[in-house]
Amino acid sequence: MYSQKVMEHFMNPKNVGEIPDADGIGIEGNPVCGDMMYLFIKVKDDRIEDIKFKTFGCAAAIAVSSILTEMVKGKSLQEALSLTKEDILREIGGLPSQKVHCSVLGIEALRKAIDDFKAKKGAK
Amino acid sequence: MREVYLDNMATTLLDERVLEKMWPYFRENFANALSPYPMGVKAREAVELAREEVAKLIGASPSELIFTSGGTEANNFALRGLAYANRKKGNHIIVSAVEHHSITNPARALEKEGFEVTFVPVDRYGVIDLNFLERALREETILISIQLANPEVGTIQPIEEVVKLASKVGAVVHTDCVAAIGRMEVKVDKLGVHSLSLSAHIFYGPKGAGALYVKRGVRIQPLIYGGIQEGGRRGGTENVPAIVGLGEAARLVRENLPQWKSHLSDLSMKLIKNLQEKVEHLHLTGHPEKRLPGHASFIVEFIEGEALLLMLAHRGIYVSSGSTCTSKALKASPVLSAMGYPAHLIQGSILMALSKYNNEEDIDYVVSEFPQVVSRLRELSPFKEGWKDMDKWGACAPH
Repeated sequence: MYSQKVMEHFMNPKNVGEIPDADGIGIEGNPVCGDMMYLFIKVKDDRIEDIKFKTFGCAAAIAVSSILTEMVKGKSLQEALSLTKEDILREIGGLPSQKVHCSVLGIEALRKAIDDFKAKKGAK
Repeated sequence: MREVYLDNMATTLLDERVLEKMWPYFRENFANALSPYPMGVKAREAVELAREEVAKLIGASPSELIFTSGGTEANNFALRGLAYANRKKGNHIIVSAVEHHSITNPARALEKEGFEVTFVPVDRYGVIDLNFLERALREETILISIQLANPEVGTIQPIEEVVKLASKVGAVVHTDCVAAIGRMEVKVDKLGVHSLSLSAHIFYGPKGAGALYVKRGVRIQPLIYGGIQEGGRRGGTENVPAIVGLGEAARLVRENLPQWKSHLSDLSMKLIKNLQEKVEHLHLTGHPEKRLPGHASFIVEFIEGEALLLMLAHRGIYVSSGSTCTSKALKASPVLSAMGYPAHLIQGSILMALSKYNNEEDIDYVVSEFPQVVSRLRELSPFKEGWKDMDKWGACAPH
């Protein structure tokens, strides 16, 4: 059902945790539906210096969270914003059709985290 | 690695003795059970012997049993067959809110054909509301279908009470016993039902064989029209090896039920007690006492069931879950919803259904592994410290 890559990231997820003084936080999903992602980013010179996640959800949601953090860590905000769900699906070796929305969840959480960073920066 | 199979409400491991009885009917005596020459006669005799065994198990007469392809067909047959046969008397059907899909979906299909269906609610333990059922009864009520035991939460329903109420309006009572057979005593005279379904593969028999009991004198319209098999009530060449397997599995239940029952209940009591002691925010679902022996179902807070299931599978422990993500239809368990659990809690539902093959060491293994897996997933969960931001989320829109 799941690709080997999904199972690897699910069993040994990378970048798990919270960043207490995060520059941006993105929350996406709904625990009522079964998946919920919290993304924390640290930004320096418009680059994602650090990123961590906490996810409530199925194996696909956890694996997407993990691979997403690996894909954008060290990237510029612009590069991160250009990431699509197709990029994630390619990187993770595909997802069963009923789980594709998990990749969207990751993209949305990332956008929200970056938006949150920009809003906080603008407010300063 | 140790392997512990606890998904016995999905299916069970075929008993070797059952397989032995089935072999000759694949090749040696492969003839059609309707053929009049000796090989066909042998197949016929085997089918009738199996019918006697199933009859003995539930205290019925062999002529009251119709073989089917399994529990789903038997339940569809009961709902449609009994509804159509009684259409002149009325069009009202009552089913519980926690029935298997093979009951609720035919009921909904009958609704579209002009029947009226009332769903009886359940309490937080999954027990049907008898007062509601009594008030729902009317002259036009022709059929009531309530399961004997729920496969997902193990709760046993008060069928004898349902039968008493049904008799006031002359309604026929069907009970889905798929989850119950092999785990508790099931006798038609004690239950008083008019119809009862069972499936071999839930009690160590083969897949593809089940039966519907229809009490003598109760009219039923066929679901599958064909030849004269099963007295013209169910067409189609008999699946002789599977029916033989069903018969042998029924015989084994009849001979071993007392031992199996106490074995199952010892193990599940130990499992429930230990997990409740070791894991915080763990809730037993279903009735604490009136439940199937060997049945342990829980809600584990702050994590999701599919992830839990897969991480347990990685350690050789096979279970099931009623979470949205586990279901191919992406729908949270209707049974737990009917019991009043909010959707975010249903995401953490897990079912461990034991079998006669499990032993003390299996339970020890699960008790040592399960808490580790739960902690691991809680480490990943934003809700590790408890549910938060709950006011932010509305109902769940379909993906």
